Parts: sequence; structure tokens; C-alpha cells
Amino acid sequence: MTSRFRSKEFWTPAMITGGGLLMALILIAIIAPSTMKQAAEQLTPHAALGPSAEHWLGTDDFGRDLLARALVATRLTLLMTAGAAAISVVSGVVIGLAIWLSGRRVREIALRILETAVAYPSLIFALVIAAVLEPGVSSAVIAIGIAGIPGFARITANLASAVSSSDYVVTARLLGVSPVRIAARHMLPNMAEPLLILSATVFALSLVEISALSFIGLGVQSPEYDFGRLLNDSLGALYTQPVEAVGPSVMIALTGLSVMLIGDALAAHADPRAKRSFFRRVLDRNRTVPLAESDTALVRVKNLRVSIPGRQELVKGVSFSINPGEVVALVGESGSGKSLTAMAVAGLPSEDLAVDADLLRVGDMNMLAAPDQSRLAKEISIVYQDPGTTFNPSLRMGSQLTEVLRTHLGMGRAEAREVIVNALASVNITQPAHRLRQHPHELSGGMRQRAMIAASIVTSPKLIVADEPTTALDVTVQAEVLRQFRRIHREQGTAMLFISHDLAVVEALCDTILVMKSGEIVERLTAAELAARKVTHSYTKALLAAIPTLELGSAPATSGAPTS
Amino acid sequence: MTSSIVVEASRTPGVGAGSAGGRFIRHPWVGFVLRRLGGLVLSFVVLTVVTFLIVPLIPGDPAVIAAGDGASPAQVASVRAELGLDLPVLTQFVNYVSGVLRLDMGNSFVSGESVSTLIFTRFPFTAEIALLAIVLVLLLSVPLGMIVAILTRGGRNKWLDNIFNFLTSLIYSVPQYVVATLLVVVFAVTLRWFPAAGATTLSSLVLPTAALMLGPVCVISRIVRRETAVVLNKDYIRTARGWRLGALRTNLRYVLPNLVTTTLTLSGLILAAQLGGAVVIETVFAWPGLGQGIVNAILQRDYPVIRGIILILGLLATLIITMVDLILAIIDPRNLGGTSSDV
Repeated sequence: MTSRFRSKEFWTPAMITGGGLLMALILIAIIAPSTMKQAAEQLTPHAALGPSAEHWLGTDDFGRDLLARALVATRLTLLMTAGAAAISVVSGVVIGLAIWLSGRRVREIALRILETAVAYPSLIFALVIAAVLEPGVSSAVIAIGIAGIPGFARITANLASAVSSSDYVVTARLLGVSPVRIAARHMLPNMAEPLLILSATVFALSLVEISALSFIGLGVQSPEYDFGRLLNDSLGALYTQPVEAVGPSVMIALTGLSVMLIGDALAAHADPRAKRSFFRRVLDRNRTVPLAESDTALVRVKNLRVSIPGRQELVKGVSFSINPGEVVALVGESGSGKSLTAMAVAGLPSEDLAVDADLLRVGDMNMLAAPDQSRLAKEISIVYQDPGTTFNPSLRMGSQLTEVLRTHLGMGRAEAREVIVNALASVNITQPAHRLRQHPHELSGGMRQRAMIAASIVTSPKLIVADEPTTALDVTVQAEVLRQFRRIHREQGTAMLFISHDLAVVEALCDTILVMKSGEIVERLTAAELAARKVTHSYTKALLAAIPTLELGSAPATSGAPTS
Repeated sequence: MTSSIVVEASRTPGVGAGSAGGRFIRHPWVGFVLRRLGGLVLSFVVLTVVTFLIVPLIPGDPAVIAAGDGASPAQVASVRAELGLDLPVLTQFVNYVSGVLRLDMGNSFVSGESVSTLIFTRFPFTAEIALLAIVLVLLLSVPLGMIVAILTRGGRNKWLDNIFNFLTSLIYSVPQYVVATLLVVVFAVTLRWFPAAGATTLSSLVLPTAALMLGPVCVISRIVRRETAVVLNKDYIRTARGWRLGALRTNLRYVLPNLVTTTLTLSGLILAAQLGGAVVIETVFAWPGLGQGIVNAILQRDYPVIRGIILILGLLATLIITMVDLILAIIDPRNLGGTSSDV
């Protein structure tokens, strides 16, 4: 932790502002009561004065300086808030850990109880306690402190269960380390950061609620005063002396803001994703490229480079072409740049990546520019890796699968549904009309992927880009999905760019195999060369060695769909 | 802390709608409604016990405290009899519960008015501003958060990001009652656009509702903004981009529906907390609702009224949370807990 405080990234503007404000408030809390008590509490004849050089915020009905009162109140407010926050945090952590340490049955019941308790507005909870105890400083602290316990306990229990499944805790448990020791030595240190961030939130909430209690007259009682009490006093004089509300309002806001800024800065520091920066991609101005008469390829890629701007080149000058009707495989391990290459070809690169090439075209569409969206949608279809996440969970299958037909081919709802029903039947999906009324989660993974394939062929595209379409599927389902790709190729002669990390999968399907490693194509093979194992590059040999002997072509034909 | 409702629901698998065997197919809504009703009953039981305990838990002799400083022994005795404190605790509890069930919560020590009547006159005022604020908060913060998230996605428009973050933190860190006081100073005292207090005209609603909304609009639009950023990174958004659907269609059909669920789940508690906010706000505007009622009751140690109002506020909170659950289930049937398994 200490090294972190020295690092430059830790001291963001929010952290400096928040930290500075809080330090200033603490200083005020220390100094003001001893130096300004006289001005703040002495009754003088200068009652209800407006702001002046002598009294910056004027005086109240008893001739007391309002600025001095607001500053002096800082000590009591901060002490009360700290007390309440400490009660919430300490009891919350202890109860949360105890819940995690207890048996499954107790834990479930306790979590349900916390769940219910958290749902209630904590201020109402505090009112109950305030109703039992006599209003005053300590009962306000206790009321707000206790009201904050359930929330913190639940968060601790949730964090504990997340941390407890991590490797080192599992190992420690296997080694027979006692649960209490695991909690103290292994879990607490790993939960410290999120708990610290949440403590800042609890502090801010306690401040608001303690001041609220005092404000409605159930907290600090006269003659003592905190921010809430001062604000309450100002209510009575709102018409005659509106400036009286300024002091306590500003002080409450500043205290809350300082803690919140610190909490936000801590959270942002713990979450590096927030630091990602955007760059504006420079697009080629020509939407189409002139085709040389001799260039009959459907796709031509020359010297394609994909990079994180200013940081790292991920695809380092890749060149290849795809002829009409050709099936080209891009093979390589994860991180080899094959998916980045494919998505660049499809015109869907991730928005934080820079894409550049000497030439990147599909048909005459310049993929370095912004080609016509309807043409793109019709001519290039994409099938993605994980069918579990590629569909919108809140829309029915029917409205998603017919999107392209309705948006870009101008079909009506009924017509588009008919086309899709036929397409679904052609990829062996049972009850296709019924499937359209279902949500994605009601279909099996294999079914979803075949539905995606069905949607990809209805526009009769020139190119299908398939990004690891079988990786997330069971082996038997994989075979069925591959069979669909082969059937489409056989029947419609669609060109494909097929991405896989598995040479066995591409062997049966592809005409040309490009092996990628670290952003470069290291070997180009024909299907025949691959079948004869005529490979030269050591990396390809290693990939081949990883294939279990499995004959895909002879996989048993499964009729109908695997049921969910 | 968010998906608990969803998780809990999905833990109890119902029978999928597509399952065969024509006899009795349990509709997913049946289980859902039963669970929610069970939750309501449980909350009611807990609230009854808690409100009952307020009196026996008072340190010292509750009757002496309840009667107030300087009460004569005769007054103490009458309070003791009124609260039934001379009876065994269990008998007290049974009497209390049967009273609650008959909507008879006793009479106010101060005014002698029946607690039920008092609640029925005050309740509409609190419900009015709390519900109005909840609706307006949702209507404002969802579009606001979405637009900011879309404009700042992937680190674009850093300036907007910074302004949004700064303004929402600033406004949110000012408590509702401070906002309320400042609103009164500016719009009622200085500009005289709206009345400062009371609930006489329709324009009296403006300032209390505004004071209640401002903070939650900031928090929830921040939540919406963060959730939108998460949804924008989902695979199905890439699918929609791959289908070249255009920004409007993608955002309305692919982003918004997936946002509502998480946002509502996260906001349910914040919305329920509006009740607590309303309690405090009422002090500023002399709003004749339950909040003012309970504050006065606590200050005057009017225990029958305290019990009644805490009970009704708790029930209201339960109701709001249940309503959020209901809306969630209608929007996204997966929240019913009747999903088929995912192979």
C-alpha cells in the first residue's frame, strides 16, 4: 500500500481535491473549537446581522457569529460521523465474516435476513432506534451506526465468498488451516481495498444521515450543535435571515464531497479499465476501390496492421486473398491475431484499435473506409464464437433473426419470418416457427449457433466470416455445426473466412489454411498439404501434434436437434 | 449487491413453458407470485414484531419515559394502562397484534385521535411526493445516463465524462434536506415562484419533489451510465453492429432493454430510500405527511403513533420493492425463475 501512495497515478485531481478538502476539514475540526468558541457561543447584542467584514455570514438571533458556529460544529459532526461509520464498518465486517465462516444453512438464512434488512431505508431504521433511545449525541451515533451494519455485513459476506473461492484460500483450506486463521490472514488483506472504498461511502452516508437526524430535531440537542442542528436553526429564520442556511449547507456539502471524491478516486484506481483512452480512427475517404481486371479475388488483404494506438502492434502486416467460393482458414493460438484479422476484414474491429493496410477490400468495398451499411449487411455475414452471448437476451429469437431482412432488404415482418423459418429448417432446427417466439436462453447452445448460421445465409452473402464458431460447443454439436458450414459451401458456394485454433476442425472444411503466430502468417498450406502433413514450420508441427486422432468426416449423423 | 433478486429467483427452477405432458404445467408466474406474497407476509410479521418491541426496549421504566418529564404518578399509571405495560409481555404482544389486524393501533397520547385515522390523513401526502419523485427520477435518469454513456464510450469526449462525473458527484454529495433548504431560499424566498411551505396548491408539490429527485437522478444516471458501458461491450451489441443496424435501432432495441433490468434491480433500494428522504424533506416544507407525523411523535414520545407510522412506512418500502420486482419480471421473464436449463 505504501508504494501506491507515492505513485503518480494514485494522485489524480479527484484524489488531491478530496484529500485536500478532508485535511482542511480535519484541521478546522481541531483548531476551530479552541479559537472560535467565544464568537460561536457568546450571546451578544449584535443579533440577526447580515454579512459584514466582521461577521462574514452574519449573526443569529442571539448575536452569535454564524461562520464561527459552522466551523466549530465541524468537530462534533466529524466525530459523530466517524463513530457511526466505525460501528457500521467494524460490526459489518465481523458479522459478514462470521456469516461466511458459519455453516451453509446458517449462512443462507443469515444472508436472507440481511437482504431484507438492507431493503429498508436506513433512515426509517434509525428512527426506530431514535424512538427507543432519548434523542442526543450518543443515541444518534448508535442509531445511524446500527442502521448501517446490514449493508456492510452483506457486502463483506459477498466479498468473502468471492475471495474464498480463489486458489490460495482453497489451498490453505486443503492444508488444514483453520477457518478463522484463513479469514484473518488470507481473506481480510485481499478484501481490504474494496472494503476501504466502501468505508468511504459509509462515512459519507453516515454524515448525511446523522445530519438528517439532527436536522429533523432527533439528533444533537441544544445547546450542543452539529451541521444538521445549525441547518435546523436556520429554517426558522429562512425569510428574515436566509444567509444563515449557507454555513451549514456548504459545510455538509464540502464534507460529503471530499469523502466521495476520495472514494471515487480509490475505486477508479482499483479498476484499471477506466483508464482506457479513445482515439479517432482516420478513415479512408473512398468507399469503393477500383478493381484491376486481373484481380478476380473476392477478398484482398495487403499488409494489414492492427494495433493499440501508441502501444503495441497486434497484427503485423498480414497479406492474403480469398477467391469467390474459397474457404480459407486462419489458424493459431489465442493471441495470434487471427480474430483481429478476421474482424478487420469484416469491418467490425474493436473501437479502441487502429486498423491500417495497403489494401483491405471485400468485393469493391473499401473496408478501410465506411462502406454502405446495407451492402455490408447483405454481402458479409458473421458467425461468432460464443452463441451464449451473441444474442440479445431480452428480445425473442424471431425479431433478432429477421433484423437484417427487415432493415436492409425491406421485407415485412411476415415475409421475413417465412424466410427465416425455412432457413432454420434447413439447418435442422426442429419446430422453427415455435423457436422464433422463444427467447435465446430457451434454446440450447448448438441450436443458437445453427440459428446464427441460418440468419447468416438468408441474404445470400458473398462472404461468411466465422470466428471460432465451434469452440464454445460440445464435440458432437461441433460436428453438426461444421456439417452445416460444409453444406452451405457445397450448395451455395459461399466464400468463407474460418477462424479456429484447432487444425482438426479446419482440415475437413477448408481449401487454404493460413497459420498465424504473434500477428504474422508463418505458414500457408493447401488442404492436400495439410492432409499429407507436409508442413515445414515448427509452430504448425506443434499445432498438429496437439490434435487428438479424430475423424470428423465419419462422425455419426444425428438427426434432429440436440434437446435442451 | 445487485443481482440477488435474480439469483434467488433462478435458484428455484420452475417447469419450463415448453415441457410436455399435458396434465398440470406450473406456470412460472404462480411460483413468482407465491414467493412475493410470502415475502410480503414475512415483512409484515417482522415489522409487527419490531414496532411492538419499540416500547418494551425503552431503557428503564417505559411508562415513566413515555409519560415524559415531570409527569405525576397518576399520569404514569394511566400511560402504563394505556400501553398495557402492566400486563405480561406476551399478552401485550398478542393484544398489539390483534389490534394491528383490526387496524386499531390505539389513540395518540397527545391529541387523543385514533392512530389509524391519523395515518390515513397523513399517508396520501407522503405517497404523493415519494411516488412522483420515483417516476420522475426514472424518466430522467435512464435517458441521461444512456446518452452520456454512448457519447463517452471507449474514452470519447473526455470533457463530457468529466463534467458529468463532477456535477453528479457534487449534487449527490449535497443531502436532500440541504437541497430542499437551498431551493426554498432561492425559489420561494428570493424569487417567490413557488410556496415555501404547506400543501395547499399544486405548485406546492414542485419544490418538495425537486428536492427529493435531484440526488437520486444523479446516482441512478451514474448507474445507468455504467451499466450502459457494460452492455455496449457485450457480444450481442457486436452482433447488432455486424448486422449494421444503425445507432438508433441498436441503442433502442439492443442496449435499452438490457439496461432496464440491472438498473431497476440496483435502483429498487434507492427508490425505497425515497421514503426516508420524504420523511426528512417534510420538515423543510411543513408538508403534512407521515414524516412530519413521526418526527413530532418521537419528540412527544407518542408511542402509539410512532408504532403506527413505522409500521406503515415499512410496509410502503416493502411494497415499492415488490413493485420493482414485478416490473422486472414483466420486462424480462427470466426474473420469474422459470427458465429452462442452458445447454
